[in-house]
Amino acid sequence: MDLILQGIAQALHLLWSLDREVLAITLLSLEVSGAATAISVVIGISLGTAIALAPFWGKQLVVSVVNTGMGLPPVVVGLFVSILLWRSGPLGFLGILYTPAAIVIAQSIIATPIVMGITIGAMQNLPPNLRLQILALGATRWQMVWWLVKEARLPLMAGVMAGFGGVISEVGASIMVGGNVKGYTRVLTTATVMETGRGNFDIAIALSVILLALCLSVNYLLTMVQQRDRPR
Amino acid sequence: MSGKDRVIIELSDLEVERGGVPVLAIPSFRLHEGEFVSLVGPNGCGKSTLLLSMMGLLRRKGGRIFYRGKEVHSSGDALAFRRRIAMVLQEPLLFDATVHENVASGLKMRGLRRKEIGEKVALALERLRLAGMGHRSARKLSGGEARRVSLARALAVEPEVLLLDEPFSNLDPPTRHDIAEDLEKSMRAARVAAIMVTHDQSEALRLSDRIVVMDEGEIVQCGIPAAVMNDPPNVFMARWVGMETILDGIVKERAHGVLRVAVDGGEIEAMGEESPGKEVYCCIRPENVTVERRDKPGPPGRNAFPAKLVDVSAAGTFLRVNLDCGFELVSYLTPESFAGLGLHDKSEVIASFPVAAVHLVRKRAKGARGD
Repeated sequence: MDLILQGIAQALHLLWSLDREVLAITLLSLEVSGAATAISVVIGISLGTAIALAPFWGKQLVVSVVNTGMGLPPVVVGLFVSILLWRSGPLGFLGILYTPAAIVIAQSIIATPIVMGITIGAMQNLPPNLRLQILALGATRWQMVWWLVKEARLPLMAGVMAGFGGVISEVGASIMVGGNVKGYTRVLTTATVMETGRGNFDIAIALSVILLALCLSVNYLLTMVQQRDRPR
Repeated sequence: MSGKDRVIIELSDLEVERGGVPVLAIPSFRLHEGEFVSLVGPNGCGKSTLLLSMMGLLRRKGGRIFYRGKEVHSSGDALAFRRRIAMVLQEPLLFDATVHENVASGLKMRGLRRKEIGEKVALALERLRLAGMGHRSARKLSGGEARRVSLARALAVEPEVLLLDEPFSNLDPPTRHDIAEDLEKSMRAARVAAIMVTHDQSEALRLSDRIVVMDEGEIVQCGIPAAVMNDPPNVFMARWVGMETILDGIVKERAHGVLRVAVDGGEIEAMGEESPGKEVYCCIRPENVTVERRDKPGPPGRNAFPAKLVDVSAAGTFLRVNLDCGFELVSYLTPESFAGLGLHDKSEVIASFPVAAVHLVRKRAKGARGD
């Protein structure tokens, strides 16, 4: 019991004193996961919208593949990206393994299906005749897509947050492709794993508290969006 | 109106298929400036399909659309053409935004300036009695208000043609009536031509310059309301215009324009040109069926049958009386005349109707619709 209380006290102290290292780790986590989310939003929303709106053969198969991708295990992605970026791998010439860029790539692969899957669901949930109505108001094809996306904005925002929540809290891929290099690729989750392994519970708890606070704020926003979306 | 005979939209040999099955075939149709046309017919007869393909929102198999005499090609000027028309679908389909933003949407798509949008939206809101509601969320409107907003949204773009697909469905009658009235006023003020799909007879009669009747993807009748009321082309329309008695029959004999038609359980006389052997439907309005006591003096006239009263129900201010005279007849009586005749359930009476009151509909080879 003492251990936990002590740990929490130490954690609060670390937070309060704005420990440089902890701060750097937190900022890197936000940067990396933020960039990965941004990439997944661009790809996920545009591709998801296209999949939802365009009629094509094999659509159900594509949608089920995307839905499966929403639960992609981070270690599998980590392994896959490691192989890709390995010095002798197909993208080895880039020389970015064990850099923040590698983590961004891995996390984008994790978050994109999440955003895409939620986008497909959100777009397919719109009233089927809304497309005709928008065109009947004089929209061009692109304007129609834009108004549909606007109409689905709340569930799409939920998708963005789910994507962010998924990558900020994953550890497997980050540690495999980032390497947990101190001051370079160390993020909240990888640092927590390491400090716990070393028995530095105070720092581990401090990092966990920050991670939890981040996840909580994301989920709080998500919940607010969902509540606002409960119409009529 | 002076511009009435100028054609805005002309359809020629319009054909639409769905899954290889033809669902629409319109050899020719013209809509004139400022004209109000009602589109009626049974469910699935192609009314909505006609509106959508007219606007270029459905791929058509063949045919041409002309706007003010100039052909609209599917590539180039289709958008410009579409932007002169506004369409309101069956559901309000409002955006999750304020009333103002909803009404402004079509104007925004056309890239108008903010100030201009504000003015046009204000006018449209006022015309549909929504003034002061611009800031409200479209998600929090009543059914009637939502409908008004969807109509205001369509009118705001100042279309030359308004296509309305059952714009008042699922509304209670008073609300429906109020909205129809406001819409009519706005449309007359803006001199918009309109085509409205409706199932409501009184609405169609009140609003329309012309009524177009569709069946199985084709226009089967097109005329002024009185013509449609008096000469329904099929059983569906006979019911629609209020001919409640519809009897299956075969023409037995023709003499001097009067036909003797055998129906199940009797024989009636009708005016017509059908030749003997033809299968027809005999349609009779309840207000043309007279009910008298059996002991009434004088010789029986034509189409007079001894009948038994089988059922009485309320029909507005009238009583709807079902009679059995071998075949079934429906008559409307005022409560006063019902009492005056001393009628009660199972009364024995004489039911009669004029020869000229029997409207004949020829049976179609494909099998008649609407029954």
